[in-house]
Amino acid sequence: MKLRKLAAAASLVAIGLSGALTTPAFAAEEQFFPLLVYRTGAYAPNGVPWANGFLDYLKLTNARGGVNGVKMIWEECETGYATDRGVECYERLKGKHGGGTAVQPLSTGITFALTEKAPVDKIPVITAGYGRSESQNGAVFGWNFPLVGTYWMGADVLVQHIAKKEGGFDKLKGKKVALVYHDSPYGKEPIALLQERAKMHGFDLSLLPVAHPGVEQKATWLQIRQNKPDYVFLWGWGVMNSTALKEAQATGYPREKMYGVWWAGAEPDVKDVGDGAKGYNALAMQHGAEPDSKVVKEILEKLHAKGQGTGPKEEVGQVLYMRGLISSMLQVEAVRVAQGRYGKGKRITGEQMRWGLENLDLDQKALDGMGLGGVMRPVKTSCLDHMGSAWARIHTWDGKKWNFTSDWYQGDEKVLRPMVMLASAKYAEEKKIKPRTPEDCKK
Amino acid sequence: MFYRENGQFKTSYKADQQAFAIPQDRWAIYAIVAFAFIGVPLLVDEYMFRAILVPFLILSLAALGVNILVGYCGQITLGAGASMAVGAYAAYNFLIRVDGMPALAAILLGGLVAAAAGIVFGAPSLRVRGLYLAVATLAAQFFWDWAFLRIKWFTNNASSGSVSVADISLFGWTISTPTDKYLFSLGILVVFAVMAKNLLRGNMGRQWMAIRDMDVAATVIGIRPMYSKLTAFAVSSFYLGVAGALWGFVNLGSWEPAAFSIDRSLQLLFMVIIGGMGAISGSFFGAAFIVILPIFLNQMLPLVGSLFGLEVSTALVSHVEVIIFGSLIVFFLIVEPHGIARLWATGREKLRLWPFPH
Repeated sequence: MKLRKLAAAASLVAIGLSGALTTPAFAAEEQFFPLLVYRTGAYAPNGVPWANGFLDYLKLTNARGGVNGVKMIWEECETGYATDRGVECYERLKGKHGGGTAVQPLSTGITFALTEKAPVDKIPVITAGYGRSESQNGAVFGWNFPLVGTYWMGADVLVQHIAKKEGGFDKLKGKKVALVYHDSPYGKEPIALLQERAKMHGFDLSLLPVAHPGVEQKATWLQIRQNKPDYVFLWGWGVMNSTALKEAQATGYPREKMYGVWWAGAEPDVKDVGDGAKGYNALAMQHGAEPDSKVVKEILEKLHAKGQGTGPKEEVGQVLYMRGLISSMLQVEAVRVAQGRYGKGKRITGEQMRWGLENLDLDQKALDGMGLGGVMRPVKTSCLDHMGSAWARIHTWDGKKWNFTSDWYQGDEKVLRPMVMLASAKYAEEKKIKPRTPEDCKK
Repeated sequence: MFYRENGQFKTSYKADQQAFAIPQDRWAIYAIVAFAFIGVPLLVDEYMFRAILVPFLILSLAALGVNILVGYCGQITLGAGASMAVGAYAAYNFLIRVDGMPALAAILLGGLVAAAAGIVFGAPSLRVRGLYLAVATLAAQFFWDWAFLRIKWFTNNASSGSVSVADISLFGWTISTPTDKYLFSLGILVVFAVMAKNLLRGNMGRQWMAIRDMDVAATVIGIRPMYSKLTAFAVSSFYLGVAGALWGFVNLGSWEPAAFSIDRSLQLLFMVIIGGMGAISGSFFGAAFIVILPIFLNQMLPLVGSLFGLEVSTALVSHVEVIIFGSLIVFFLIVEPHGIARLWATGREKLRLWPFPH
């Protein structure tokens, strides 16, 4: 009896669902983006503002009339920063609405997994400011785009900065640098570069891993108290960053000598620590917190004033919000570039998107036009260089907000290039990939 | 009615001793396997293969391995993820370090290495039992996690500690499309399940079950606890090792130690507890419950919401998903503490009598 009732209820639900499943046909051209986000879990405080900025720029693009009339559409899927769920999300969304244009997972683990799938599915993986550093080499990693920054470049800029503070690279000899890192591919990325630089300049590098999610760091900071490194580099994400700052405070390690990567330099990381984080520095992946930029004002006016914005209004313009916004902007601009070649006002495919991403050329005028003047520097990619720009600054937390405290630095090509070539050649050999030649790129 | 056994006479010992003594069962199994090999590839799409079926098959194999140890030999383990990791990294190293190593051989060798590691870390089971053994096997989990994170040789000096393999091939068949991956995993799973079924009905399986039910009594009737406990660890780790290698080679393609973390060990243990300890089918039910149900909930909730005209946010969906999933675990454990497999067994007994229950 009970069973029969259950079966009846189940079939009713099924009928209802099949009705809900049928989607109406659409008239105008639409460009679909699968959105892998995390709004729950240990990393949600950082994942949410990023996702909000990402989404708001897509909305803004539509409010501006789309790209030559083509509307942006999207669907969110929650990954919780877990690799297997991320892959499931990607598989679920990639074929919808005529196929995904590009995917941005915001997780090094998911990036690694999708790197395997991208060449088969022909959907570019954009990893603005994260992912594999060697994927800058477009000849081997044809579908990965670590636009605007890689971890090797970021670590390189940090070393340049402390060298400048010390008064030259030769002064680094004998100095002690500790890297406190998230014990995952993400945290391990900078090690190769830092070791290379340590060899070049003779500074002493100690590696201090912190296990996921990073709330247990007592042992790590005990080691720091014993070793007294001259500088601490912090390669954390989510709750690990604020924990590290609190531990630094408890240990009495000067925050002025701590430098975070750009994922360890946003409001959620320092907000709870407040004054305790005063003086803490972090890399700024070009942009910092930009509440006064034109694009932020436009978003507030066109979206949030009408109640169409994503997330709280106060967070618009914060560091991670801007990171999401710029990541979103880069892909929208790539769509524009691709349309320029494959037909304006038409939907483009993933393969055409790749061409767009490889021929991205955002000069100062274009950036000003989008309201991003002063926020970031020009980006120009090519088939062989999938990063496009190697500029970064340092910003410092004053207890209330982030302020820029350094000039622009550029990652040193002489150090980075050979490492990228070596690592990508190894990958190509492992995966039996034939690198693309400049002739292949013209196709 | 479906299970009418009238007129089914067994005229030889062979007939009486076969794996599925009731013809209806036998034909049902044949039909399921045939459907899995022929019907499924024709029916389902790429998403189903890559996101659901392949992970389900491989984790079923892993759950089978855990079930052999936990369900049949009564030795609780929290180191299942570690065995998978050993299998995956060993297979990876065989593949890249030995020239011309066939992928299938590498996977099986990975399983053997995992079996050896399982024997070493199973040794404490000779002295300690129950919860204490769980803690001892936890040591294996942490040791191998540490080893694959820190010892660079295992990961071929990859700078980020993540390793990757190219598409594998088997006698000229390159396993690259989702259908290939599905069929390859299914083939291995079927072979291993048949092996398990026979192993468990035989001498070795009976020894394990004797040890599980009461190890002192088992010793008295002449079963060597050392031999049978360690063989259980070895066989279980072999299954887990092969599953780990498949997880890396076939499902992920590139992986890091986090893929085989303590979470994976717990997940496998839960699969066995929810699916049914001491039942081969329990491994499949458990894997289905843990792998497929959360994804199903995640996709259904927005649709259910839209039925009532509600826009459900992604964050809410995943919160509700966890709530429902958790409640279902509690529900099943209350309704049937012996697992979903027992529910099925009860249903089957009812069917055998139906429509004339006494």
